[in-house]
Order: sequence, then C-alpha cells, then structure tokens
Amino acid sequence: MKYGWVAVLLLLFAGTGTYVWSHGSQVEPPDLGDGLRGQLVLTGSSTVAPLAGEIAKRFESLHPRVRIDVQTGGSSRGIADARRGTADIGMASRALKPKESDLVHHTIALDGISIILHRDNPATALTDPQIVAIYTGQIANWNQVGGPDAPITVVNKAEGRSTLELFLHHFKLKNQDIHASIVIGDNQQGILTIASDPYAIGYVSIGTASYEVSRGTKIRMLPMKGIEPSLDNVRNGTFPLSRPLNLLTHGEVSELAAAFIAFAQSPQVHDLVEAQYFVPIDQ
Amino acid sequence: MFRSTSDRLLLGLLRCVSALAAAVVMLIVIFLVIESWPALRSVGPLRFFTDPSWHPASAAGGGAGRFNLIPMLIGTLASTAGAVMLATPLGIASALFCRFYAPKRIATGYRRLLELLTGIPSVVFGLWGLLVLAPLIRQWHPPGQSLLAGVLILTVMILPTVALLSESSLNSVPRAYLRGAAALGLSRWATIRGVVLPAARGGIVTAVLLATGRAIGETMAVLMVAGNVVQVPHSVFDPVRTLTANIALELGYAMDIHRSALFVSGLVLMMMLAALIGLAEWIGGGRMNA
Repeated sequence: MKYGWVAVLLLLFAGTGTYVWSHGSQVEPPDLGDGLRGQLVLTGSSTVAPLAGEIAKRFESLHPRVRIDVQTGGSSRGIADARRGTADIGMASRALKPKESDLVHHTIALDGISIILHRDNPATALTDPQIVAIYTGQIANWNQVGGPDAPITVVNKAEGRSTLELFLHHFKLKNQDIHASIVIGDNQQGILTIASDPYAIGYVSIGTASYEVSRGTKIRMLPMKGIEPSLDNVRNGTFPLSRPLNLLTHGEVSELAAAFIAFAQSPQVHDLVEAQYFVPIDQ
Repeated sequence: MFRSTSDRLLLGLLRCVSALAAAVVMLIVIFLVIESWPALRSVGPLRFFTDPSWHPASAAGGGAGRFNLIPMLIGTLASTAGAVMLATPLGIASALFCRFYAPKRIATGYRRLLELLTGIPSVVFGLWGLLVLAPLIRQWHPPGQSLLAGVLILTVMILPTVALLSESSLNSVPRAYLRGAAALGLSRWATIRGVVLPAARGGIVTAVLLATGRAIGETMAVLMVAGNVVQVPHSVFDPVRTLTANIALELGYAMDIHRSALFVSGLVLMMMLAALIGLAEWIGGGRMNA
C-alpha cells in the first residue's frame, strides 16, 4: 500500500503524457493537390456504420488530409443528427418517412430482413398470417404450424431498432401487440439465441444471416411468400422484406461530404459492400 | 490539529480526494436529473409507475408513449435478491472453509481461484450464460433465458466478492478471542458460531452490501441471459428486464422523450440504491446498538 500513491501519480502523469504526445505531434499529411481536406462526422444506424467505416477508411487512404469519424446510435439518431447538423452525414437503415422529407437520402446499398429458425427446426415455410399469429401469441406451439409439439420461443428486437420498425411495418403490427419470449439487442445476440434454441423464431439482417449460415452457425433462413431470402432476390427487388441503407444530408452539403457520398455510391466500393454481405446498387 | 507539516499536508490531500469522490456522485445525480427533466415534466413522475406498459418509442413519433418502470424495478429487485440470497450463504460457507477447515495449501489455491473469478469480465459470464446456462434451463422449462438464468449468473459473479471480503473480516477477528474460546473448550463450530461470526458481522454485512451493489448495477451479463421482456415475472422461468439492461438495450437508439425516460430509469436505480444503503445502515446500526 505504501507505493500505491506513487503508482497512482505515475499513472496520471503517464496518461497526461500520452495524451499530449498523441495530440501534439500529429504530422500534417502531404497535400496531394486534390484540395479535399477537413473532417467529416457520420452518425446513425448500427447496420450501416460498419460499412460506412470501411468506405471511410478507403476514402481516407485516397485523401490523406481527410479524417472521417463514424459513430453508431441507430437510424433515429442518424436522422436527428443530420437535421441538427451535429453530424455532416446521417446513416439510416430504412427509407425516409414522409415527415422526414426535409432530408436528402443517398442509397449506398440494399439489405433484407429474413425470418430465421434453428437449423434443426423442421418447419419449411410460414405464411405471413402464421408469422403474425406467432408474434402476437395466437400460435404458441410448433404443432399448430406443422412442426413438433414444442412451445415457440418468440425472439423480438428492442424498441428503437430499425429492423424492428421494418418488421412491424411489413406485417402491419404494433409493438404493443407482440408477445415476445425473449427481447434481444443486436443481430449477433439474436443469432446466438436462435442457434442455441431449436424452437426459437426471430428475424435479422439477411447479410448477417447469410454470413453466419456460410460459417456453419446452426440457423436457417425461411423463405417469405415463397421467395428465398438471398442477396440476389434483394438485388432484383423480389424479396418482400428489404430496406435501403442510406446516407442522409440536410440542406447545404459541403464539398467534402458530397465527394464522400459520391465515392460511397461508386463501383469503387462494391467489393466492400459485398464483403459485408449487403447488395451494392448500380447507379 | 496536527503539529507536523506532513500530517497537515496529508490532511489537506485527503480532504481534496474525498471532496472529489463526493463531487463525482453529486455530479452524476445532477446530470441524471437534468437529462430526465424533459420526461419528468412532459410525462409526469406518476406515469412511470401507473402506465399500462413500457412502450416509450411511439412518444418520439408524436404518439402517446407508455412508460411503466414497475416491471423492470421488480426485475432488478428479484434478480438481485435471488442472487444475494444464494451467494451469501455460499460465500460465508466458503470463507469459513477457507479460514478454519481447509488445509493451508488448498485454502491458498482456492483463494487464488476466487480472485481470478472476480477478474472475469461480465460479458464473458454473459456469453457463457447465453450459450450454456440458458439452453440447459430451456430443456427444463422454456424459454431458458429467464429470471433464473439471471439470478444464477449474478450469483456466480458476486460469490467471490462475498467470499473474499467475508474471509478477510474473519481473519481480522482478534486471535485472543480464538484462544479464549479454545481455553473454554469450545468445539470449532461452537467457536465459529458463538465467537467468530458475531465478531466479524460488520465486515460480512459490508461484503454482502458491496455484492448487492454489484448485482444491482450489473448490466451486460444479465442483458444476455435474462430474456429482457418487460413483464412482472410469475415464476423464475419467466424472462425479465432489469433497469440497467433497459438502459443498455435502448439508449443508443432512443430519441427525445424516450431517451429522457431512460435517464429516469437511471434515476430510479440510483434512488433504489440509496434506499438500500439506508436500509442496510439502519439494520446494521440497530443491531450494533443492541
């Protein structure tokens, strides 16, 4: 204990020192003559953020005097921040609503939402009314939809997530009507929950789900209205439960922001979009 | 007060440090009040306890949100109480074993294991609970992610706190008491029951209190195993949502009144903790005087 104080003081000094060092000695990168410089802040959807982060990294390597800061917080935050100007660009994993028409959207990719089951669940297809009945608690056992005699574990998303909004919107449900057995936060928690419960039903992004299926995770995607949940069907617009991943701007757009948006929509980033299991859009 | 300069210097320093610690708590409370003010003003404090359900998101869209915190308050209380009730006897028993019954080498190894257990991050406990514990409970009674899973995870997490702190308070019982008991010819168990436990009671109460605080505040592990459905549980197999899990699940995605309502749940949590500390003080103080 005798040296506790010394240790604390040393840590404090070390901390301050590192801070000063890392902030004081930033070397100005060379000007490549393209004139783009400055900082961009992107906030919003946690579905878009990883993709935006990758695109930002590539953009920064092409324009060394640009710094791009990507923060998550959900589509609603992206919309609010773009509107207030707290962020240069907002990110939203859904189309804009009519009362959000003051914002301009720039679609950078498409994503779909798929119903997922445990891999060993024998159910092969569920109709939309069956899914609604399951989520509202009218069907509580798999034997009512041709499955084994086992209670259904209904996995729902927490309030505020755009995946939940899109799901509710598609099935014309209200969150108040849903009888969930488990409420989850992010996609990963949902996939782990369903992979460990043979009688669970849930919904996640097709991108995430296909990636997990390809890795051998014990989940299975369910067709909707007879259409396979696949990236191809999202691309050609036949899959019913799909959403655009948007960058949002409000009012005057800076030269830098406009350049970044154009870059994010260009074929130069298609490989990044595909690497995240989303569908690139063709301009 | 003190004659030596170094003592006066130390006094000044200690005063500053204590003031800093107190200021941090006060600032957090002030921050919570400021952030929850919009919800308290437009929704009113009463509705957080009388609304039919917790559906705050529709408030951001202009609709009438529902803000009942009672199910989550009960979720927090039930999971904490369950964990403390399980961890206290186990922890005290393990401390007694370590201090009075175990051979020295085993006691040391055991203590190291417990110390290791305190250092495991809660998200690791959560992952284990999600992948191992919840499926086990589901085989018994679906859906698995439940109050019971939350209680068990919290028990494992606070057990080392109870065990290690209890043991250190057992160690601080004066040797003379033990010698006195031995001279009276008391058996080992009679010594423990009649002499050691009463003498170490203060320390053990503190240990349980600290563990309770940790259980109330634990977020990640409970979030991953307790199912997070906002409801008053009818059995230990029902999923519950705790106040902390509620904040963690929704804060990143909440806007306006919804966001502010989440700070109200933080404020409620803080008040609950204050009430608990007051209660413990009252119980501890009452017994001390008796």
